Amino acid sequence: MTTIADPKAPRPPKPRPARLTTRGNTELYGWVFMRASGVVLLVLIFGHLFVNLVAGEGVTAIDFGFVAGKWASPFWQVWDLLMLWLAMIHGTNGVRTIINDYAERDGVRLALKSALYLAFVLVVVLGTLVIFTFDPCPSGSPADLLPSFCTA
Amino acid sequence: MPDALPASATRKVPAGTLYRGREGMWSWVAHRVTGVAIFFFLLVHVLDTSLVRISPEAYNDVIATYKNPIMGLGEAGLVAAIVFHAYNGIRIILVDFWSKGPKYQRVMLWVVMGLFVVTMAGFLPRHLMHVFGGE
Ligand code: HEM
Ligand code: HEM
Repeated sequence: MTTIADPKAPRPPKPRPARLTTRGNTELYGWVFMRASGVVLLVLIFGHLFVNLVAGEGVTAIDFGFVAGKWASPFWQVWDLLMLWLAMIHGTNGVRTIINDYAERDGVRLALKSALYLAFVLVVVLGTLVIFTFDPCPSGSPADLLPSFCTA
Repeated sequence: MPDALPASATRKVPAGTLYRGREGMWSWVAHRVTGVAIFFFLLVHVLDTSLVRISPEAYNDVIATYKNPIMGLGEAGLVAAIVFHAYNGIRIILVDFWSKGPKYQRVMLWVVMGLFVVTMAGFLPRHLMHVFGGE
């Protein structure tokens, strides 16, 4: 019969892992962030989908003038900016976890994560610039494509 | 002492845990699949929105394709993915932080499915009406 050691018995010292997988509490902060951002994203994305797909004429109403009308208000600018950043950080962190789970070869993992981080930077920078440099009344465009306040 | 272990602790086959097998596992798979799908959609979505910086014509031309019936069904699928991921995400948070969460995780999955059906029942008719031009 095998005997199980008394739990209070001193344990043999564990060999230290050659490489620590994380330094400090980064994974814990990531775990908390996934949950906190999830709650905020639920409100932001449901609001986004309601205004763009359900209210009024739904998708059929979306065009340049629709976007210009929304981004004329700092409220929707901030809304979209928060949604962009939170969704991209949440999604990138989630996909990073999945790459860690399935890509076992070091080279493959490095390649996939590099592509992931590159996509993150490009999309966040592009999306942020688009919100802040948006011009609702570009000169030389036909007036019927522009929001009504351009001619007023 | 060791010979006094209860039968359950010596059982060879592990009983279902929160994650292995059963509902806890397929809801986890579905959470992963929807999360990745939404992520790739978002990459494309920021690119298509950025066309507003090129010209109103460029943006309108691309967005026009979002209004055809096939894309309309794609949008319905995307919304379904988000609604599931969001509600199940809240369930995961409750399992982690609410003291009774682990006990009710199974019940909460049914609540998630129920809320999912109700939300989609509210959304789909209206969206399909917009896409297929009823009203
Ligand atoms: C089929 C459903 C969707 C439609 C029709 C749609 C439509 C739009 C439109 C018209 C805009 C321009 C600005 C605005 O209206 O606020 C926009 C921007 C944006 N949407 Fe969506 N959206 C959809 C789903 C989503 C989802 C699921 C997410 C999040 C995962 C999302 C995230 C964003 C972000 C971050 C921006 C700002 C982009 C930027 O910074 O350039 N959208 N969307
Ligand atoms: C709508 C509100 C959302 C809520 C409430 C939510 C909630 C969550 C939660 C709680 C997790 C679990 C994290 C963990 O197990 O440690 C998670 C994972 C994940 N989420 Fe979200 N999320 C939301 C939106 C999004 C969006 C917009 C994206 C994509 C851009 C996304 C992509 C992911 C991915 C890829 C994972 C990783 C899945 C895994 O590791 O199995 N989520 N989400």
